[in-house]
Amino acid sequence: MTSEIDVGSRAGVKGGGDIAGRRIGTGRRGDQVFALSARASGILLLAIMAAIGVFLVWRAIPALQANEANFLTEEEWNPNATPPVFGIAQLAFGTLMSSFLALLMATPVAIGIALFISFYAPRRLAAGLGYLVDLLAAVPSIVYGLWGLHYFNTKMDDVGRFLNEYFGWIPLFGGDSVGGRSLLTASVILAIMILPIISSITREVFLQVPNANVEAALALGATRWEVIKLAVLPFGRSGMISAAMLGLGRALGETIAVAMVLSTAAGISIHILKDGGNTIAANIANSFAEAGETGRGALIASGLVLFVITLVVNMTARAIVARRKEFV
Amino acid sequence: MKNGSRLAALGGVFVAGALALSACGSDNNTGGTSASNAPSNVDCVKGTVNAAGASSQKNAIEEWKKLYAQACAGATLNYNPAGSGAGIQAFTAGQVAFAGSDSALDPEEAAKAQQRCQGNPAWNLPMVVGPVAVIYNLQGVDGLQLKPATLAAIFAGKITKWNDPKIAADNPDAQLPATDIKPIHRADESGTTENFTEYLGAVAKDEWKWEAEKKWPTEAGGQGAPKSDGVVTVLKQTQGGISYVEMSFAKKNSLQTAKIQNGAGEFVDVSEQSVGNALDGAKQVGQGNDLALELDYNAKTPGAYPIFLVTYEVVCSKGLPAEQAEFVKAFLKYTASEDGQKVLSNVGYAPLSPGLAAKVRTAVEALS
Repeated sequence: MTSEIDVGSRAGVKGGGDIAGRRIGTGRRGDQVFALSARASGILLLAIMAAIGVFLVWRAIPALQANEANFLTEEEWNPNATPPVFGIAQLAFGTLMSSFLALLMATPVAIGIALFISFYAPRRLAAGLGYLVDLLAAVPSIVYGLWGLHYFNTKMDDVGRFLNEYFGWIPLFGGDSVGGRSLLTASVILAIMILPIISSITREVFLQVPNANVEAALALGATRWEVIKLAVLPFGRSGMISAAMLGLGRALGETIAVAMVLSTAAGISIHILKDGGNTIAANIANSFAEAGETGRGALIASGLVLFVITLVVNMTARAIVARRKEFV
Repeated sequence: MKNGSRLAALGGVFVAGALALSACGSDNNTGGTSASNAPSNVDCVKGTVNAAGASSQKNAIEEWKKLYAQACAGATLNYNPAGSGAGIQAFTAGQVAFAGSDSALDPEEAAKAQQRCQGNPAWNLPMVVGPVAVIYNLQGVDGLQLKPATLAAIFAGKITKWNDPKIAADNPDAQLPATDIKPIHRADESGTTENFTEYLGAVAKDEWKWEAEKKWPTEAGGQGAPKSDGVVTVLKQTQGGISYVEMSFAKKNSLQTAKIQNGAGEFVDVSEQSVGNALDGAKQVGQGNDLALELDYNAKTPGAYPIFLVTYEVVCSKGLPAEQAEFVKAFLKYTASEDGQKVLSNVGYAPLSPGLAAKVRTAVEALS
């Protein structure tokens, strides 16, 4: 949608197309075909999204009707019991918490990487480094899961103990039975996984910064850091937010790595160093194989919730981006 | 370009590593079979037959069908490990020729099954025995001994330190450290969990108040790990951890296993032999060739290890379409034979005790 408005305003500047930014082009055959195919692609996407939504609702309803507990507030997940009892509370909390923490850790690092590659690194190194970071995205998530399960959580065990001992007064790091298979470990792994997408998009955005702005700032005697502060970051803000939101989308939906790392203890807990926690996606991966009729419906219902959460998060992000596009 | 090809190579290494690693992540340990296991004297019936049921016996069935097909070209069995309930449902609906089940038919199911078998009774034939080992990770303490009540209290979270007086009472000679006990359970739903919780409920009602279910009871606490491999990995990393897995996983990973007290008051380590002893103590509750068993977790049989699961093949005594009946009879004859039972040890189960195996063979002979 943003791009449509983009194109419209640009076309407006050049004096072509109407003010609404809807009808652009010359009316020649090529333009018509292109407009048609672009519109068809847009509609196809909406149709796919709607189909997924309808499918989720359709399959979730019977299970939700059989549910004996409040789906939104219950913490326990046991849809194959008689009677079925399941609720999304703990899963939704774990999903949002781990994704939010991952975003918190990944975004500054990703922007740092992007700035380094775009402005500080020697040319030859920059290209290689860019590839290397992007390569992180090519590692299958089960590899992150295995790495986490066999190696990383034993290391995080010590980190958790350290944080608990010295920063235990912060509620987030408090609590007892600290361990390496905690929400924090999962968040760190998620952060590593979403790093490439945020950094590569941010990099692209930084490349779009008008040279004139940069040169103007330099001409005024700004240091390199001041150039970044005055010209690059404000220009790239909406792009960086979009990139972070794409990363968040991946973190919300990540399945196997989280399922393998987290120990699934029961109950919502604010203590992120404790062994335990669960996410919607990880729960689906763990429970699907042995789930019965109701169990499968319940998992699909949880998928629907994830769908809605992602939608809300993305819409919020769009709203933020739309409000702050002074440079675009 | 040079850079690109180097990266491609690096990517290739990643992908290959991922494939190799993900192969380890699966729950099937159908390794260790060789051509020498191929049965020599089997009745060959060609054809394709469908079956469905318990996932706990999946590895056994897969192995059997492979070996059977090696001996008899053109014989195919499709086993859908959809779960006991789904298997019995498919059986009574006439969709499959036989069902695998973790428990014998209850009266209502038996009535439906009889209808399906043209009025002939359906039989429960025990075929696969799976011992469940209690594994733990505690340096310096080998041969841990646990009474059922102590075991249940540990997994219910009521005993939290290894040097608890109750554990000390079970292990007068051991030097128990003051470390935390960290119970670990399966995060996914599992037949192992169902059998283990059923055992705890049967032998220690005061300590364990939850129903036997495939999903670990939430209130019992502890931390979960995915699949048996995950449980083993986490246990190895967790000093003071305790968990339960099928015996094969404990053996393969050389883990410490606890001796469990049986009904006769002995502390017994898990082994094929000790589980066989327990099986001999099981009472037959079915009529004639219906070998439905009542497992007695408090069996007084000497040398019996009490935690194990028995899965049945549920079959029509008569009344299947002729070509299906012929195949089922021939196939089960093989699985109940000495050759067939010998295969079980390779894939993580224990063979039936000789006495029970003989009864199963008689019952299979009587199928028609």
